[in-house]
Amino acid sequence: MAQRKSFRWHIAVFLAPAVLVYTAIMIVPLIGTLNLSLFNLDEGNRIFVGLRNFATLFGDPRWSGAFWNALANNAWFFLVHMLVQNPVGVMLAALLSSPRLRMAAFYRTAIFIPTILSFVIVGFVWKLILSPIWGIAPGMLDAVGLKSLFAPWLGREGTALTTLALISVWQFVGIPMMLIYAALLSIPDEVIEAAEMDGVTGWSQFWKIKLPLILPSIGIISILTFVGNFNAFDLIYVSQGALAGPNFSTDILGTFLYRTFFGFQLQLGDPHMGATIATAMFGIILVGVCLYLFTIQTRLRRYQF
Amino acid sequence: MSTARQSTTRTIAAHGVLILYTLIALFPVFVIVVNSFKSRRAIFADPLALPTAETFDLIGYRTVLQQGDFLLYFQNSMIVTVGSLFFVLLFGAMAAFALSEYRFRGNSLMGLYLALGIMIPIRLGTVAILQMMVASGLVNTLTALILVYTAQGLPLAVFILSEFMRSVSDDLKNAGRIDGLSEYTIFFRLVLPLVRPAMATVAVFTMIPIWNDLWFPLILAPSEETKTITLGSQVFIGQFVTNWNAVLAALGLAIVPVLVLYLIFSRQLIRGITAGAVK
Repeated sequence: MAQRKSFRWHIAVFLAPAVLVYTAIMIVPLIGTLNLSLFNLDEGNRIFVGLRNFATLFGDPRWSGAFWNALANNAWFFLVHMLVQNPVGVMLAALLSSPRLRMAAFYRTAIFIPTILSFVIVGFVWKLILSPIWGIAPGMLDAVGLKSLFAPWLGREGTALTTLALISVWQFVGIPMMLIYAALLSIPDEVIEAAEMDGVTGWSQFWKIKLPLILPSIGIISILTFVGNFNAFDLIYVSQGALAGPNFSTDILGTFLYRTFFGFQLQLGDPHMGATIATAMFGIILVGVCLYLFTIQTRLRRYQF
Repeated sequence: MSTARQSTTRTIAAHGVLILYTLIALFPVFVIVVNSFKSRRAIFADPLALPTAETFDLIGYRTVLQQGDFLLYFQNSMIVTVGSLFFVLLFGAMAAFALSEYRFRGNSLMGLYLALGIMIPIRLGTVAILQMMVASGLVNTLTALILVYTAQGLPLAVFILSEFMRSVSDDLKNAGRIDGLSEYTIFFRLVLPLVRPAMATVAVFTMIPIWNDLWFPLILAPSEETKTITLGSQVFIGQFVTNWNAVLAALGLAIVPVLVLYLIFSRQLIRGITAGAVK
């Protein structure tokens, strides 16, 4: 080994295509967007304005109202997912993984189906079901004598966002279910048998033995949910349009970015403010991911079998 | 005896909850499919009834197939999805092999760099991507979409595949080297066939968001010739919002292909997930 090995070309060949495409289409535009947010137009010329765009976004009443509204809505959207989607996903996975359950494969496949549907389909079909005119939902509530509970949920400012969040939960519950299911299956039989020997069965077995073992998976799912929710756009766009009605009550950061960048109705598109919003979203996601990695992830105990 | 009875009760309860949730999951799909085969009057009269000989009507499907360029949209979606999937799997597997097989300076840094894209959505770069595509004249081409989706799918593909490739036996590869196979032959002939379940997992997770994406087709390729089926059905719904037969039929047609692909891959999918990567 006197000489260093000659340069191993094959490593470069293996890596090059992925790294090139990824860098050119993902990293460079991302940096470009961050950069663009530092400029603005002044009498037709592009000038460097430093962080002034951000000051406008957070402080100028023309922008900040919409921004904080979108951020608050987005936070609520995320909270609904955390409180409904993930617990339901864990529960379904726990039921599916119970030993000797028949038809488990059927349930698993069926419950995952909404996840593979496009937002266009999901948005439209729920609009149909909840529509007061066609009315499958009012009809069904009527059949069980609860017709008075029905309201045009998607059309009311107070309930539209929560309804959309629940529709999104309905669509994506398959993902936590699948990942938790996989984690539960990977718990070795010996651990379960030992628990049964000690008389720990049923629910207490789930809470005391299985749940601590799948906590890392729940952590990963939470962070995936966070990134997905703060990047959401499609469902709101297909069901409420770019204006995120009624009266912007379902506006989230994705729709706000779209409106700002491309313009709508009388407002012209503004690439610089669009880039500023994208950068703010980038910051929010980055802060969230780092908080998770440095505070929660490090405290999770991992078990090796 | 009591434990046996208890576990029977529990099994029934488990089935009860799962059946209930399965119904919730499938109900909207059922509504679309059933009503797309009914006449207009029957759709409104009783939306939950199955089509009978009287109410059965294919008018919706006829309208869709005559009116829209659905075959073209479908073809565009196919080209974009299959093209991106091919590049994601090929480039992703190559990079994953380099990262998992060889030790070189900057290896883990490169892994981290590529994994960054799992956490940061490519959409945030849209502003600059659009400017870049305009500058290179790729707006309103399927190539633009394939490029973007390839970049979008690569991070997760590299991450999952490199976990899997670590588990391919070294002895096998070394035996290949002793027999004088080149590194390229080892990769394509020995390693790739062994990680097929992982490739299926990656394929499903890559394919679904591409097929269903609305954002990039809307922004990068909204022209009539390059519309994907997702964008096409969105526009179609906008135009035909009162023609329920046509809209329901369009939705039915949009569900079928992805459903078929999912059912084909679903067995591989759960095997792929449980075998390791996403823990």
